[in-house]
Amino acid sequence: MRVKLWGTRGSIAVSGPDTIRYGGDTSAVELRCTGDRLLILDGGSGIRALDVGADTRRVDILLSHLHMDHVQGLPFFAPLLDPDVEVHVWGPASTTRTLRQRIARYLSPPLFPVRVRDLANVMFHDVTTGEFEIAGIRVTADLIAHPGATLGYRLSENSSTLAYMPDHEPSMGLPDLPSRPEWTSGYALAEGVDVLIHDAQYNDDEYASRVGWGHSSTSHLAAFADMTAPRKLVTFHHDPAHTDDDLDTLHEVLASKLKREMELEPGTPGLVVDV
Amino acid sequence: MRAQQPVEMILLRQVASYLTIPIWMMDSDGNLVFYNEPAETLLGIQFDEVGPVHADQLGEMFRITRVNGEPMGEMEFPVLRTLAKRVPDHGEVRYCGMDGVWRDVAVSAIPVEGQGDRFMGVFATFWEIDV
Repeated sequence: MRVKLWGTRGSIAVSGPDTIRYGGDTSAVELRCTGDRLLILDGGSGIRALDVGADTRRVDILLSHLHMDHVQGLPFFAPLLDPDVEVHVWGPASTTRTLRQRIARYLSPPLFPVRVRDLANVMFHDVTTGEFEIAGIRVTADLIAHPGATLGYRLSENSSTLAYMPDHEPSMGLPDLPSRPEWTSGYALAEGVDVLIHDAQYNDDEYASRVGWGHSSTSHLAAFADMTAPRKLVTFHHDPAHTDDDLDTLHEVLASKLKREMELEPGTPGLVVDV
Repeated sequence: MRAQQPVEMILLRQVASYLTIPIWMMDSDGNLVFYNEPAETLLGIQFDEVGPVHADQLGEMFRITRVNGEPMGEMEFPVLRTLAKRVPDHGEVRYCGMDGVWRDVAVSAIPVEGQGDRFMGVFATFWEIDV
């Protein structure tokens, strides 16, 4: 599998000279697998620029959840308006509404002029938890700690594994991280993967006033990574208030807190990772 | 025991750890996976000393009877009825805590049901009553 990051910012897209290196677009990750089939993780503003290629006839988009920074780019993603491309959108239903009904709350006036019913080439698939296969990729989905129904994904092809948890507050259910794996949200998805793409939104000082907002502090991310032991950790969902310099500092602190040896790669737009 | 509990159970456990009412949690396989500090007072032993135990062992540990002292069938215990039938249940029982004290309690059990028709266990509260 080859992964390319197109949007790495969290919460809201940003622009300006202070956010050049870590990027301003929100969550979107391209995943190319054997046979050049294309999977995309999340539909934030970063998906707009994602070039699927002229010959692509099917695209699968896995949504972690439906907060705006993860779906806002969908109607600006060219294949959704191309009748020659089949688009499959996978993501969490709520307890009472299907994924399609939930997406329709955004893709309908007055929030947006195009309606879901106008997208004849788009198919929606409700995902709760469990395993399924897309394009030869084994997908394991599980709910993780973040407000509202939010999925983390573990994707496997042959012996390569990737875990994607863009919005995750493992301490929400367990204040004393690191602790027992049995009671740690996301543990089973991330355990021993080759690459873990994970929420790195707050430094420890910021987290103190944002408990329950659904994101990780630097210390919590370090503890979670030490527990799950990925080969490589890629940080993601950077806080919109953080400048490039702030994020350099955050990563230095994160590196100092990691007890287990692993590669640490700051998530930046255009970053390509072979899993 | 499973490698990781569902996030619903993880969050319920966290809530339970903050509550001052006694809470008891059982997973869908019938393992008692957690009870909080107020429950420890009523059961006479800390959870960490007990560890996860299966429902089959509960009768031996706590010698549960009807409130009039008569023997009680397993399926009269509200938590186990909820575990079996996946519906809320309520009842009164007498048991002997690990501190050797007999107590009468009312028990209310709620099934933990999640999206995708997932049954994850039982969330129960209990409190002392005068019989």
